[in-house]
Amino acid sequence: MDIKVNVRQGPGDCYVVDLSGEIDVYTSPKVKDAIGELIDRGVYYLVINLEKVRYIDSTGLGVLIGGLKRVREHGGSVNLVCTNLQIKKIFDITGLVKIFGIFDTEDAAMKALV
Amino acid sequence: MNHAVENENAATDRVELRIPSRPEWVALARLAAAAVANRLRLSIDEIEDVKLAVTEACTAVIQHENHGDFIHLTCETTPQALRVRVHDSGRQGAHGENGQMMDLDEARIAGLGVFLIRTLMDEVSYDVHPQLGTDLLMVKRLAAGQAG
Repeated sequence: MDIKVNVRQGPGDCYVVDLSGEIDVYTSPKVKDAIGELIDRGVYYLVINLEKVRYIDSTGLGVLIGGLKRVREHGGSVNLVCTNLQIKKIFDITGLVKIFGIFDTEDAAMKALV
Repeated sequence: MNHAVENENAATDRVELRIPSRPEWVALARLAAAAVANRLRLSIDEIEDVKLAVTEACTAVIQHENHGDFIHLTCETTPQALRVRVHDSGRQGAHGENGQMMDLDEARIAGLGVFLIRTLMDEVSYDVHPQLGTDLLMVKRLAAGQAG
């Protein structure tokens, strides 16, 4: 099991983090590092694309929450792209739907950032 | 074979797995539990619930400072339910060897894991023994007609 992380520049100051695979206690440090490096470079508007993520646990949620917390300190924001119903269910029962902007398409997530 | 006998056999089935208490082995534990859940004809949603609950239980063990070397996973099938037991032989204590505590963010995430287990499974109970470790039992009840 592994996670693939791809970072690309979006429009303006926005960056997109594409994740593919499973996010758990083993793989989440890789995701945390990728998001942390962007924030360290001064990127505070992020779209995290979970379209190809098959699975996420509380450590994965923790990484996303940590990233959101850091960018908000700089007036930034994190939006998520997610259509997987099982993953949406996890965001729903944990109440994180109220904290993250969750969108069906990358375009919508991007537009809502700015 | 007659169905009554098949169901009786299903009631006695037990699958056991021992994994090293390290992050790279957690996926194996959840896949094993998912395979057993699939044998019981749980729905895809229910199987995902079991996978996440097992992952959270194993993660909680690994993140505990005094965890043992191995995590024991036992899946038992009964005509009424899937019973998943996660046992860790680590010593218990609120603080680590050096009296260190989790920071607040780590504690919140750990709390999220416990919340998920309690939400996704039908019954959750645990037994903590200072020397023998922790035994977490999680039960997913079967809907009528699912077993066998």
